[in-house]
Amino acid sequence: MSGGAAPLVTLSGVAVELGGQEILRDIDLTIRRGEIVTVVGPNGSGKTTLMRTIIGAVAPSRGRVTRAPGLRLSYVPQRLAVDPSMPMMLGRFMNLPRRRDPATVAAALDRAGLAGMERRPISGLSGGQMQRALLARALLNDPELLILDEGTAGLDQPGVAAFYARIEQVNADTGCAVLMVSHDLQIVMRASDHVVCLNRHICCEGTPETVSLSPAYRGLFGAAGAESVALYRHHHDHSHDDGLPCAGLACAGDDEDAA
Amino acid sequence: MLDDFMVRAALAAVGLAVACAPLGCFVVWRRMAYFGDATAHAALLGVALSLAWSLPLFGAVIVVALAMAALVAGLSGRQSVDTALGVLSHGALAAGLVAVSFVQGVRTDLNAYLFGDILSVTRADLVLIWAGAGAVVALVAWRWSALLLSTLSPEMAVADGIRPRAEQWVLNIALALVVAAGIRIVGALLVSAFLIIPAAAARPLSRSPEAMAVATALIGAVAGLGGLGAAFRLDTPTGPTIVCAAVAIFALAMLLAGGRRRAGV
Repeated sequence: MSGGAAPLVTLSGVAVELGGQEILRDIDLTIRRGEIVTVVGPNGSGKTTLMRTIIGAVAPSRGRVTRAPGLRLSYVPQRLAVDPSMPMMLGRFMNLPRRRDPATVAAALDRAGLAGMERRPISGLSGGQMQRALLARALLNDPELLILDEGTAGLDQPGVAAFYARIEQVNADTGCAVLMVSHDLQIVMRASDHVVCLNRHICCEGTPETVSLSPAYRGLFGAAGAESVALYRHHHDHSHDDGLPCAGLACAGDDEDAA
Repeated sequence: MLDDFMVRAALAAVGLAVACAPLGCFVVWRRMAYFGDATAHAALLGVALSLAWSLPLFGAVIVVALAMAALVAGLSGRQSVDTALGVLSHGALAAGLVAVSFVQGVRTDLNAYLFGDILSVTRADLVLIWAGAGAVVALVAWRWSALLLSTLSPEMAVADGIRPRAEQWVLNIALALVVAAGIRIVGALLVSAFLIIPAAAARPLSRSPEAMAVATALIGAVAGLGGLGAAFRLDTPTGPTIVCAAVAIFALAMLLAGGRRRAGV
């Protein structure tokens, strides 16, 4: 669907070695403006290393990572381990590394359900509050590419649904591309334009439907993967004013171009 | 006024407290205590170089401290950095002691380099100490936000166009400056104590990183002046007395914080 949009990040023939061990090999991947790309894969498959390579925190040992010039990207880590020795209030955190207008910060916190919590120490936030704060801070940058590494670790089921609904809403509102790593297969299948199945190399990729039918994907995820196929029968590419996932609204036919 | 050795000592102590404050916070936040030790111990090698070839002490210590930082930076990212730092830290200390022993006539005042000799600080030393303090504060203040974000999450920093490895070098350079300024005052063995203890004491009293840096400077200055006064009155070695004063303030801050928690404030 977004095959023609401008590429934001392109990886060609990328391999990554860490401590003499090859973590990733032969990675060819393009992330285009406005699309939602999800990376799935078992533990130890190199998902986080792939994210770190794309943002530039890890240099590839082979191949090339090309980013669009002046690309604004934001990164939401799996979790933020705040050393208790550092006093850091939420309001100050939102102003890192650049000072923002207080009204902008207040509005962002309000949208994240954290209104008026500027003076809370971030070490005292709950898992869900922290995830929403990290996402709110990432969005202050007005990113062209938002990268989320297991953004929902530690959230309960409604929390996960709300988190992804918010990301889909951001994607729809601002056209910001999203690259995420996820374990939540069912939601991935519903929310993504493009799924990449990773196990040190790219096993298979394509639309959620193509991937979920591929033997490589089933080999990796087995029954859980098959289940998500049954659930996946509608596409997110229509507006959700309430921001809620619309389970039961079958919208088959949106993805015919891939099938 | 600067003719009085006590006035010069007091100015030196306050200068060191100012230099140590912003850096000490990062040493605590980033758990670089061992790194600080290794760099400070390496300073003894600088002392040996400076004595052997009549080089300026300040410059020789900075060069050796930076070399140590480069060595540590090369090691980091591999496994068991902790052990490597332990080897480097104690190796540098031992090598420094051996090297100094080769230089004639120094054995008697080796104590001055290990534990400092604040009462013998000259006007020229004061200029170097305050210039060093000014440079450290300016450097860390300039990179403050980038350093904070790199400390919280290197990945988030990279995504924001910050290079955490380069920012680490800002801290390495500041550390070399502080060690060079501190070796005359509290000595190679106690410099890292002066980095860590005031910052640790400031933590329970602070709600923001900036407040913690300011509180660290104040606590360091109080410890420096109080320790100096106590050493004068009790006729004890000044460097260790200053560190004892800092530890006393730390204990007080902990009690205060504990009491506040119990009172539910």
